[in-house]
Amino acid sequence: MLLIICPNCGPRNSDEFTFQGEIRPRPDVAETDAVQWRRYLYMRSNLSDWVSERWFHGSGCRRFLKLERHTASNEIRDVELVGGEQA
Amino acid sequence: MTKTERFSAWNLFRHGMSRRSWPRVWDHHDLESSYDVVIVGGGVHGLATTYYLARNHGITDVAVLEKSYIGSGGSGRNTAIVRSNYLTPEGSRFYDRSVKLYEGLAEDLNFNVMFEQRGHMTLAHSDSSLRTMRWRAEVNKLQGIDSSVISPDAVKDLAPFLDVSDHPRYPIVGALWHPPGGIIRHDAVVWGYARAAAAMGAHIHQDTELTGIDVAGGRVTGVQTSRGPISTGVLINCTAGWASLISDMAGVRLPITTRPLQAAVTEPVKQFLHPVIVSGSLHTYVSQTSRGELVFGASVDPFASYSTRGSLEFATGLATHVLELMPALSNMRLLRQWAGLCDMTPDFGPIIGPTPVDGFHVDVGWGTYGFKAGPVAGEAVAEMIANGRPGALIAPFGLHRFEAGSLTAEKGAAAVGH
Repeated sequence: MLLIICPNCGPRNSDEFTFQGEIRPRPDVAETDAVQWRRYLYMRSNLSDWVSERWFHGSGCRRFLKLERHTASNEIRDVELVGGEQA
Repeated sequence: MTKTERFSAWNLFRHGMSRRSWPRVWDHHDLESSYDVVIVGGGVHGLATTYYLARNHGITDVAVLEKSYIGSGGSGRNTAIVRSNYLTPEGSRFYDRSVKLYEGLAEDLNFNVMFEQRGHMTLAHSDSSLRTMRWRAEVNKLQGIDSSVISPDAVKDLAPFLDVSDHPRYPIVGALWHPPGGIIRHDAVVWGYARAAAAMGAHIHQDTELTGIDVAGGRVTGVQTSRGPISTGVLINCTAGWASLISDMAGVRLPITTRPLQAAVTEPVKQFLHPVIVSGSLHTYVSQTSRGELVFGASVDPFASYSTRGSLEFATGLATHVLELMPALSNMRLLRQWAGLCDMTPDFGPIIGPTPVDGFHVDVGWGTYGFKAGPVAGEAVAEMIANGRPGALIAPFGLHRFEAGSLTAEKGAAAVGH
């Protein structure tokens, strides 16, 4: 279990959130060939370290969060809201 | 070379009478400065590869590097279920070969791996899952695999403790029944492969951690370990949980996300559950070991992590789901719970084959189903190393498929349900 301190809703169980994976720069579609795009889609750093991730607070404020989490200890050191809402 | 004494009734009798102890099963070796082949990971995949390299291809100058003790990773943490009723012809052929190898393994290795083909039952809780099961059963039958759809009455006959009434939230409307499936002693598989491989000359280095991979001119030239350097031209990454981190050392990026999968075991009780019971909708699978404990597993945790700590959510969710299936278990106590690391790929297919670095091969990304594939993967990887290219059985599972956009379609049958 993770306790995620949502900047909007306060401390909540991670069950309320959807994990959306490590944050990676999205290449510009116009200047990207198929191989580069698939590399962006599929390849992962999968680090055992501090990682920036995107989570979605689906059962709460329905906002997207950026989380700094250590993937070996599951410790969370920073949570912030990022732009965009999901209807 | 290790001198191995054959396990037989006669030798057991002889040792009993003479009270002479059995010899060490595999010796401790000093690290040599060079090996023909270096295998990272002393689990079922690494050790099976070592065994088949020696037995099928006469390649015995092999070192297995294991950072802890053999079988300490996924090979000792899975729920030891073996089956071959997959959804695609490629998948079912592949796992059927593995079941066949498991059937002959005790004799091959001269080691009792306790394979019990108790039958494997996947429950359907809705018409749509029953439809998929009919499809799976027909694909399986065409491949010559014993697999069929059975009615709730037949389910009740095979597993009387299951609630087949229409009361549960997820009623049982039928099941996919796969008699060759079953459970095995996973530690014995690891030990058996290690013993047989060591007897043919392979060196098994426990407590030896890989710390770096030497690459020069696009080729592997050697590795750095916690006990010193080794030069080698062939390196195989047979790890789970650390596959990405090890491949990073060679500069090879993998499409893997590591997620924990939790399992638990109860106190031992009298035998009452013969087949392996799986419910995809309830994300759980149950089997009873010959010692009487019930072994439960789940699907992977909802977020990526390298942590193998258990969670309370898992224990409570598991109890809810298992009691839905078998209400009579409400007073059983859990003895312990644990987690293993699963390397998930985007298409739930493994990654086997060469990489952009010459001489560096991978046998990784086995998700939640690596243990049951151990023998066939070992056999196929050994063949690939001996022949210099992947055989037909593993060709669809190469690393290049992600950049080429030709993913496999095994998600339906491999994602849940062990």
